[in-house]
Amino acid sequence: MPDRPHYYHHHDLPRFGEIERGARELAKKFFDWYGAVFSEGALTAREKALIALAVAHAVQCPYCIDAYSRDALEKGSNLEQMTEAVHVAAAIRGGSSLVHGVQMLNHVDELGM
Amino acid sequence: MGRVLPTLRKQGSPLAAGTAQRDVLARIPLPRSFADALRASHLYPLRPTTIEILQINVGKRCNQTCRHCHVDAGPDRVEVMPRTVMEACLSFLEGARIPTLDITGGAPELHPDFRELVGRAAALGARVTHRCNLTAILLPNYADIPAHLAAHRVEVIASLPYYQARQTDAQRGDGVFEASVVGLRRLNALGYGMGGGLILDLVTNPVGTYLPGSQAALERDWKRELKRRHDIEFDHLYTITNMPISRFLAFLEEQGRTEEYLTRLVNAYNPRAAAGVMCRNTLSVGWDGTLYDCDFNQMLDLPVSAGVPRTIFDAERAALESRDIEIGPHCFGCTAGAGSSCGGAVT
Repeated sequence: MPDRPHYYHHHDLPRFGEIERGARELAKKFFDWYGAVFSEGALTAREKALIALAVAHAVQCPYCIDAYSRDALEKGSNLEQMTEAVHVAAAIRGGSSLVHGVQMLNHVDELGM
Repeated sequence: MGRVLPTLRKQGSPLAAGTAQRDVLARIPLPRSFADALRASHLYPLRPTTIEILQINVGKRCNQTCRHCHVDAGPDRVEVMPRTVMEACLSFLEGARIPTLDITGGAPELHPDFRELVGRAAALGARVTHRCNLTAILLPNYADIPAHLAAHRVEVIASLPYYQARQTDAQRGDGVFEASVVGLRRLNALGYGMGGGLILDLVTNPVGTYLPGSQAALERDWKRELKRRHDIEFDHLYTITNMPISRFLAFLEEQGRTEEYLTRLVNAYNPRAAAGVMCRNTLSVGWDGTLYDCDFNQMLDLPVSAGVPRTIFDAERAALESRDIEIGPHCFGCTAGAGSSCGGAVT
């Protein structure tokens, strides 16, 4: 095993396609579907890139953040739009934690007198 | 407008020389050569189709110093096309019946004979296109240029990388966006871009080391946003990839990203774009009359191949249409993704 000081390395991103090595048909299905998802449809490709950028931050994937920061710029988005997309992801992540506070309240109400 | 940056020439940068730029590009290890890419696409050697556009670079003087400029144009440049060359260009345009004259620079308006060139080319019946930076027409002594262009039905191809100031100014200089909006409004007021036949096209280069997106999708965004924000209208948006030469190459070198950018261009090679590259239907003339396959080769000091006429004074259409086009690693800039040309995406 070569010495790898970091689990993530940006040189690995362009190697994504190599995932077909263990399951060619599954990879083909995935990449065909992936391509179709991001093509122009009811949403524009630019809007989809912004959604992808937000989700990339929600799932905290460095590969995806790299890919969709570039893609969002290429599709014509600006820093303001990209930052707002990241805030949407952050708001949902923060909100999803906070809204579980209602479950906490339920437990507190059940357990208390 | 704000401070104008010095050109590479004024800085004394080695990259001011086209040969030095070619040396840098030749040292970059790439997944494959441009010749190999063309071979795989059955396009090698690359040959012209027919010369439809005579693109003349009337000089390197400009009132701006954009950070991606492949010409290294700027206020300190003194190269200006002499009258003898201009006359030879007009003679070739007429004699060889080239349909389009594309005037570029520098800021072509700054050429002392620009008005005459436009008028005479239009009188020959040629379609005339003018590459406009939108701010030279605001300078004292040049305010009459838009009306002159309109009178001769010249198509204006204007540079505007983004519909906001921050991105535009980052590439083109402080205050350029605001001035460009004034320039666009003047053109709109004359009827340019308003649907009445006076064509106003915009050109966008990425403000960074990424490739341009879908031309059609960006055009929709640009039209919506320029109308909404500034009540500006235009006809078409062209996307042009930043060419890894001259100032953009210097920028890549400073960032240590030349290999990464070149590799991205190589990996985005599109055979359909290669088949439609502009050098196949364009002949480029330098300010001194030297002939080139394109404006990029011109800046790399890479003239048309030996064995064919190499100046506008002895240009001969049939011989030039049988030439092999000179290529190099920079050519991947015109074949990446949807392709890139002076007329935007090529696929």
